[in-house]
Amino acid sequence: MGEILRVQDLWLEREGREILRGVSLVVEEGTVHCLLGRNGSGKSTLAYALIGSGGYRPSRGSILFYGQEITDLSITERAKLGITLAWQEPARFEGVKVKDYIALGMKEPSLSRIEESLRAVALSPSEYLNRYVDESLSGGERKRIELAAVYAMHPKLAILDEPDSGIDVLSLEDIARLIRRMASEGITVLLITHRDEMVPVADVASLICGGEIIRTGDPKVVREHYARRCIPCELAEPVESEEDYERYV
Amino acid sequence: MSVTYKIATEFEAIVKAYEKAGGKPEVFKSSRIASLVVSSNKVLAANEIPGIHMEAEELPSGIRATIRVEPGVKLEYPVHLCFGVLPQEGVQEIYSKFEIGDGAQVAFIAHCTFPNALDVRHIMDSTIHVGKGALMHYRESHYHGERGGTVVLPKARVAVEEGGQYFSEFNLTIGRVGRLELDYVVDVGPYGVAELVAKAYGYGDDSILVKEAIRLNGEKARGLAKSRIAVREKARSEVHGVTEGNAPFTRGHVDCIEIVRDEAIAIAVPLVSVRHPSAYVTHEAAIGTVDKKGLETLMARGLSEEEAVDVIIKGMLGG
Repeated sequence: MGEILRVQDLWLEREGREILRGVSLVVEEGTVHCLLGRNGSGKSTLAYALIGSGGYRPSRGSILFYGQEITDLSITERAKLGITLAWQEPARFEGVKVKDYIALGMKEPSLSRIEESLRAVALSPSEYLNRYVDESLSGGERKRIELAAVYAMHPKLAILDEPDSGIDVLSLEDIARLIRRMASEGITVLLITHRDEMVPVADVASLICGGEIIRTGDPKVVREHYARRCIPCELAEPVESEEDYERYV
Repeated sequence: MSVTYKIATEFEAIVKAYEKAGGKPEVFKSSRIASLVVSSNKVLAANEIPGIHMEAEELPSGIRATIRVEPGVKLEYPVHLCFGVLPQEGVQEIYSKFEIGDGAQVAFIAHCTFPNALDVRHIMDSTIHVGKGALMHYRESHYHGERGGTVVLPKARVAVEEGGQYFSEFNLTIGRVGRLELDYVVDVGPYGVAELVAKAYGYGDDSILVKEAIRLNGEKARGLAKSRIAVREKARSEVHGVTEGNAPFTRGHVDCIEIVRDEAIAIAVPLVSVRHPSAYVTHEAAIGTVDKKGLETLMARGLSEEEAVDVIIKGMLGG
């Protein structure tokens, strides 16, 4: 297995502020690579840059996918190559049924694969297939359906942006199981998170801080560094929730 | 014989157009389903079933119809209405009166088809009375062909009595709109419910004007005026959603979404008013292009931008 993704010296600025400052990262094919970092460290920005989201064009650097330069490709072109993203807060689609939504990304849509993908995120197909991907779904349900859609698509590289946020502790096990399942089926996963409990699911971890990758290696070592050095760090952005605050202090 | 032949041919043609508009032609063959088929100013078929009475009178450029559902009658199948003009030019005026008896329950599915229209004017002027505790669903779908030569003026004045429920959905999402001026006003009595939904998709130089007004006049009456409009190219849309909370504990909401692309223009004018301190009326209106995150989510599944927009618009208009 070789490298699937190489990010070289990526710089990205938004609203006059440098968010990514020379990010370099290599993701090996067939692995689960965890990108760990505090809120505001540049994790999501990197994810958007990787899929080619509007307004997230790097000012410098390059993104290579299987050695091919993709920095200037559109989201659709990257998706066709096999890169997709599960958004941290997925969009909602009025009038689009769950089964149709999941089928959209599949090369050969089949009901059995759609049902399988729902079961993989611990949702009952009979209950969810005909529901709409709209406001009637809770945040957690919507998130699971997003992961199911990514799984059903069977991309080469799945970027999962905080799949664990807004999900209760028990559900973390479901998410971890899905990630391992993706990897076992040949999907390379770039797992973006600020929760160090998710790190054990990874084969490799990288730590991002202030828009730079400051460490890459054994997930245990990176997690320890994060717990000792990053969580108490005063330079990090304020935490978003009371729950996070409790954990961090 | 030749007249019969002509009528049979016209019936066939209008039913074909009806099918194109999304209708199921077999409903007109069933003796258990009430139906009415009108082409221009001719009543081609009318099927009554027990509990519902339909009278239709032909006028020089349309018809006058009275549809009455007896009190307490609960119709198992929807009543199917088919209106259309097959020639390229013409006027069709439908003056209708619906009387839904106390406690009755009925659903109407209406299809209006103008598949060849170059210069067709369709006027629909309805008076609807929903009796105490009665329930009426009315769903109207249009098919106007691709030339944009249709002017559609649907107008309804609806009175919902105590505990009555009225649900209406107007769809003009297949083919060109031409010019649409929809004007619905509903007065809702105590504990009554009214829901108005209008969906339209305009392009070319189509023009869409939707006026929906719900007056919650009785205690604890509830209402929703919802519109979903998409316009592209040089089309124009304007939505006026009015909800009035005129009595104690009334609850109303205006919900308007308009998607605009190219050089199209969309305007939303939600108007809410409250005349009792315990009434509560809200509104939301969103106008703009397709949501960026939604678009990019679908593109990240491999859809082109055009395909993604299509999924979003069809979902909004079809759901």
